[in-house]
Amino acid sequence: MGDEASTLEAIAAMAAVTLACRCGGYFLFSRFTPSATVRRALAHMPGCIFAAYVMPALIAGPASNWAGAAATIAAMALSRNLGVSIGAGVATVWAVSLIA
Amino acid sequence: MTATIVFTRATFWRGARRSLPLVLGLAPFGFVTGLITQHHGLSLADCMLMNALVYAGAGQLVALANWTHPAPVLAAAFAAFVVNMRFALMGPVLAPWLAGLSPVKRYASLAILVDHTWAISVTDMRKGGRDVALFVGLSVPLWFGWLISTTVGFLCASTLDLPPHHPLFFGALAAFVALLVPLWRGRSDALPWVVAGGVSLFIAHLLPHTSWYIVAGALSGCLAGALKDSWNG
Repeated sequence: MGDEASTLEAIAAMAAVTLACRCGGYFLFSRFTPSATVRRALAHMPGCIFAAYVMPALIAGPASNWAGAAATIAAMALSRNLGVSIGAGVATVWAVSLIA
Repeated sequence: MTATIVFTRATFWRGARRSLPLVLGLAPFGFVTGLITQHHGLSLADCMLMNALVYAGAGQLVALANWTHPAPVLAAAFAAFVVNMRFALMGPVLAPWLAGLSPVKRYASLAILVDHTWAISVTDMRKGGRDVALFVGLSVPLWFGWLISTTVGFLCASTLDLPPHHPLFFGALAAFVALLVPLWRGRSDALPWVVAGGVSLFIAHLLPHTSWYIVAGALSGCLAGALKDSWNG
């Protein structure tokens, strides 16, 4: 079964690469001392990664996604609960798609 | 950080309890990932293996988008690399906490690193938290929860017939949008985030159907932030 063998190979390759990413970054930084600039840059990493991931998805998606994103942010700011926030976002997108 | 890092059982269980809304919140994302995996012709065993060993929804979805039979081994590995490269940048941010674990536990915890548990841990660390058990407690149940929700999504795929822009699919994006809120530290974050988002949009437009935009945007935003910090002294 050539297809199954190649699928398992692909999964193994993806797993190996992802593990290397997860552990490798930390490993490299533990061996080399980062400069002050690198440390300052890393402090900004969390928000920047999420902003970079989210923007193209919002721009490429339907307008209802913007309403959903606004609802998600508002719900998160008020409740600090991820499940509630995701629910609020999905419910808003659903409502907008029914109305629009 | 010069404070001693601890690992307490109480905080592990606190983390495990806090992971439950994450498990529930990410269930739609996992469900959708399982659905899409079935849609691309993989078997149930393949789906479970991929989600247990790769455990990276965003990277998996990008790899699956261009899946072929026989499987595109190099293309899938490359897609996983580009999307999951961000994990290499995330691990070092948690270095103060990870240093408090033995090497085996440290790399085992890193092996199941995901955006959401990392964001919550970073937020706690920034507030002065010193207990790395929070990160571990958050991470372990989420791995199990992900495995369950992706499997359920796979099994439901044949019975459900969701159109491409069904609201349920927004759950995946909502999970990332929601986590921007606790990461916001104030007006000083505005410039780096705008740069990150702007560069990301530009690169996504320049190189469609690839995921270079994530790392390009993130690094640009970080650079802008570092430069601004240096400028402000």
